[in-house]
Amino acid sequence: MKKINSRPASLKEAPFHYCPGCGHSIVHRLVAEVIDEMKLREKSICSLGVGCAVVAYKYFDVDTVEAPHGRAAAVATGIKRVRPENIVFTYQGDGDLAAIGTAETLHAANRGELITVIFINNAVYGMTGGQMAPTSLVGQKTTTSPAGRNPLKEGYPLKFSEVLALLGGSSYLERVAVNNPANIRKAKKAIAKAFQHQKKKSGFSVVEILSPCPTNWRMSSVESCRWIDEVMTKVYPLGVIKEKKC
Amino acid sequence: MSGTSTIGEAAIQAGCKYYFGYPITPQNALPEYMAQRLSEVPGGVFLQAESEIAAINMLLGASVAGARAMTSSSSPGISLKQEGISYMAGQELPAVIVNVMRGGPGLGTIYPAQSDYFQSTRGGGHGDYRTVVLAPDSVQELADMTALAFDLADNYRTPVIVLADGVLAQMMEPVRIPSRKRKKLPAKNYILTGAKGRPSRIIHSFTMDPKEQEDHNWKLVRKYKQIEQREVRYESFLLEDAEMVVVAYGTAARIAKGAIKRLRKENLKVGMIRPITLWPFPTKIIQETVKYIHDFFVFEMSAGQMIEDVRLSLEGKGRIHFYGRPGGVIPAPVELYRIISRHYYQSKRKKGR
Amino acid sequence: MLIKTVFSGFGGQGVLSMGHTLASAAMLEGKYVTYFPSYGAEVRGGTANCTVSISDEEIASPVASQPDFVVSMNQPSFLRFQSLVQSGGLILVNSSMVNITSVRGDIEVVEIPTSELAEKLGNLKVANMIILGVFIKVSNITPFTLLLKNLPAILGEKRSRLLKINKEALELGFNYLQG
Repeated sequence: MKKINSRPASLKEAPFHYCPGCGHSIVHRLVAEVIDEMKLREKSICSLGVGCAVVAYKYFDVDTVEAPHGRAAAVATGIKRVRPENIVFTYQGDGDLAAIGTAETLHAANRGELITVIFINNAVYGMTGGQMAPTSLVGQKTTTSPAGRNPLKEGYPLKFSEVLALLGGSSYLERVAVNNPANIRKAKKAIAKAFQHQKKKSGFSVVEILSPCPTNWRMSSVESCRWIDEVMTKVYPLGVIKEKKC
Repeated sequence: MSGTSTIGEAAIQAGCKYYFGYPITPQNALPEYMAQRLSEVPGGVFLQAESEIAAINMLLGASVAGARAMTSSSSPGISLKQEGISYMAGQELPAVIVNVMRGGPGLGTIYPAQSDYFQSTRGGGHGDYRTVVLAPDSVQELADMTALAFDLADNYRTPVIVLADGVLAQMMEPVRIPSRKRKKLPAKNYILTGAKGRPSRIIHSFTMDPKEQEDHNWKLVRKYKQIEQREVRYESFLLEDAEMVVVAYGTAARIAKGAIKRLRKENLKVGMIRPITLWPFPTKIIQETVKYIHDFFVFEMSAGQMIEDVRLSLEGKGRIHFYGRPGGVIPAPVELYRIISRHYYQSKRKKGR
Repeated sequence: MLIKTVFSGFGGQGVLSMGHTLASAAMLEGKYVTYFPSYGAEVRGGTANCTVSISDEEIASPVASQPDFVVSMNQPSFLRFQSLVQSGGLILVNSSMVNITSVRGDIEVVEIPTSELAEKLGNLKVANMIILGVFIKVSNITPFTLLLKNLPAILGEKRSRLLKINKEALELGFNYLQG
C-alpha cells in the first residue's frame, strides 16, 4: 500500500496532552511539517513560552529551551546572537507574548532580531484555567471577567501584531487561523514564509494564529471553530499585516 | 584601571564575548567599557536591553547556546534579575552576574553599600537553590574573581555572582589582568546548537511530576554540597596571637584592615577573617578560630546581614560584636578603630573579672 | 607613609584628570595607589572631586575623611574641604576663583592665580595642569620627571597634540614658586 501521510520527523512519537479540539496540536504539526520541508530540523532552536504549550519540548524533536514566562523573545535573542547560523523561533501564547512579555516581544521586534514568533491567540489564559487575556474580546466571559470583558474597566482586545507592524525591525506579520482545512493550509504557508524571512535576514517575523480553546470557551469543538469565523476574525481580521520585500 | 573596566577586561580575557545589560548607577562604566571593547573583539556582541529582566534572559539564551556571557547591574536592577537567576539555577546554566551594590531598600542611594548579602547568598529568587557569591576587596581581586567566576560557573553549571560595591567599581588601582590560562573544564554536552547528528536536547526547569522535581532538587543539593566542600575561599589576617577577630568582606574588609593596623600599633591584638566566598561561607575557619579566640567582631556596610552566617557558624560559642553602616555611608578606618578598641577593652575587662 | 589628596572643583575644570595623572605617575613609581572619583547625578557644572591615596603599604580605604592635601579649584569646594583637611595640612587654591578670607588658622594655604597663568599660555583649559605642577613641587609626593614621562600615556593618541601645552603648563606650575 502507498503511504500518503506520516508523522513529521520534527515531531516526537508522543501523544499530545492537549484538550480535545485544542488548536495547539494542529499548530505543532504545521510547524514540524514546515521545519521538515525546509530541512531546518538540524538547525532549529525553539524558545518556549509558558502556557499550555510549556511542555511542547515533549513533542518538538528539535533543540528546545523553556524560557521564563513572557521572556521567550529575550531568550531567543541571546541564542540567535550567539548562533546566527541557526533558525531560532519562539512558541508563545497571548498571555505570554502580549501581557507579561510585551516589552521583550516589542523590543526584540524593534531591534529586528532575526527570530520567528509563533503566536497562539486563543483570547484566554488556557493553562491557568480560563482567565481573561489581553486578547479577550469585549463582552467575553472568562473566570476573571465573569460579567464579560468591560472595556471601561478592563481595556480593549490588544491587537499586538498590528502594534508590532509599526516597528522598523519587523519584517513579516500575518494573522491566520486553524479552524478549518483551508485556513490550516494558509497557516502552514505563513509559517514557511516567516522562516523564509528569518533565513534571508530580513527582520523579525510573526505568525499570529487564532486557535480554538473549547474547554475554556465553554463550547464544543464545532462551535469553537464557528466562533473564530463569526466573532474572533471580526476583531482580529485574517491576512498579511506587514510584509517587507526580501 | 578602574574597577568597572577591570571587570570588563577580565571577562573578555576569560573568553566572554557577549554582554547584556541595562543602565544603572554606579556600574554604568562597565557596560560602556563593554560596548567599546566588544566591538573590537571578533564576534563580540554588546546589547543594551530594554530592561534588567530582558538582559538576564538574553544571558540565559546565550548560555543555552553555549557561550560565556555576562550581565551586570546594581541592587535595584539585580532584584529584577532574580527571575532569570532562579531559572538558570533550575536549568543548570552557567552565568556570571556582577552586582555593584548600592544603598537600599527601594531606589535607595547610588552610594556604596553591602545590603544585598541576604539576596545574594540565600538564592535571591524563588525555589531551592544557591548561587556562588564571590566578594573581592580590591581592583586586582575584581579581575581575579571575574575570571574565577566564569570557571566556577562552567565547572558547576550554575550562576555565579560577583558582589562588588560602588567603592570597588569606581576606584582605580594598579591591576594585572589574569591571562587566559583556563583549567580543564567539563565539555558542554548540554547546549543547544541544532540537533545535527544527535538526538534533540531540552533545557527546562518545569515538570508536571513532583517526584521528578524532587529528584532534580536533590541533584542540585548534591552539587551545592560539592561546592561547599571544594570552593570555600577566605583570607585570614594576623590571627595567630589575636584576642578579637574581625569578620568583614569586600570594601568593609579593607577598612577593617586599616583599623586593625592602627589597633596593632597600640598593641591591641586584633586579627581578621575575610570571607572571599560568601556562599559557600567559610564556616570551618570560624569554628576552628573560636576554639582559641572568644570575641568576634562583625563589620558590614549594612544593618547586619553576614552576622547571621557568623552566628550560625559559631553555634552558640564565643561572643559576637557588631558595627554596621547601612545606606551608602563609607566609614573611615579611624572610626572603626575607635569602635573596635572600645569593644576590645570592654571584653578584656569582663574577662578580667 | 600614607598620603591622601583631594582634588576638587567644578565639573569640567579637569579635576578628575589631575587626580588620574598623579595616581598613574605614583603607580609607575611602584607605590600602592588608589584613585576614587566622587560620583553623582551631576556631570558638567556640578561639583566634582576625587581622592588619590599614595602609600608604601596596602591602602585600607580609598576615601579620605581627613585628607593631608586639598587642591581647590572653586569656592564651594574650598569651603567644603578646608573643614576636612588635617590640622597642619595644606590647601592649594585657584585664587582666580576662590576667596580665602575665611580660612582655618591651623592649615597652610597656597594661592595660585591659575586662570591668569593659563591665559598667558593661551589655553584656559590647562589651568588644572598648572596647579598640579605647583602641587607636585610643594608636596614632593612623586617625582616630577615621572609625571612628565607618563603624560603621553595619560593623554592617549587622540589628544597627543595637546601634549606640548600640557607639559608647558605642568612646568610653569612646578617652577612658579621658585621666585
